Amino acid sequence: MKVRILFFARLRELAGCEAMEMELPEGSTIGDLWHDLQQRLDALAGFRTPPLMALDEQYAGVDTELTEGSEIALFPPVSGG
Amino acid sequence: MFRIVDHPLDLLEATRFVSGEEAGGIASFVGIVRKENHGKKVVAVEYQAYSSMAEKVMRRIGEEIGRDLGPLRIAMIHRTGRLMVGEASVIIVAGATHRREALSAVSRAIERLKREVPIWKKEFYEDGSDWLEPAPGEGGPPANKTGG
Repeated sequence: MKVRILFFARLRELAGCEAMEMELPEGSTIGDLWHDLQQRLDALAGFRTPPLMALDEQYAGVDTELTEGSEIALFPPVSGG
Repeated sequence: MFRIVDHPLDLLEATRFVSGEEAGGIASFVGIVRKENHGKKVVAVEYQAYSSMAEKVMRRIGEEIGRDLGPLRIAMIHRTGRLMVGEASVIIVAGATHRREALSAVSRAIERLKREVPIWKKEFYEDGSDWLEPAPGEGGPPANKTGG
């Protein structure tokens, strides 16, 4: 299945792009996606713990299952205001 | 009114939005870009937002505050892009029947915005730039919203 990944703030600079698409096996979770991304993008390999994550514009945990067309956002702690 | 915008903020427009014959008190908060942070001289800041999610989270915060405090109208508007020292980055305005609810709504809204709304600040100094790291305990979703 194909999913779309968005990067923000420092994660965007490390990833080198605003967004990308990835092909994942059915039943993959956000945690699986993060693991795959760390293999693909060297700049993300140093993260010990995953960044904050949202699925379809809602905060989500690593065990959340993805589906075809899911939009996942990865970002550092927020600092607006 | 829950918006992410890339132009200067209009406090009067937001105040009009929360005004009404039933609103006996209107309170507001305006966040301004400071010239110094953690002892470093700031020359400009840049805000980036996940705009579609940010507006949804702000709306949910506004609705939850309304459920808690009773009928009120609230405007939360955050600016993105490059801002200079002295410019407004965020305005929050609440109109309620009485002052206590209006003041409380604004206070709760800005505290939750800083913890939950997906917006990030990059500071530019005379000798470089850096993404701001929030203080411990800030900058993440509430614990009961992280479950999968």
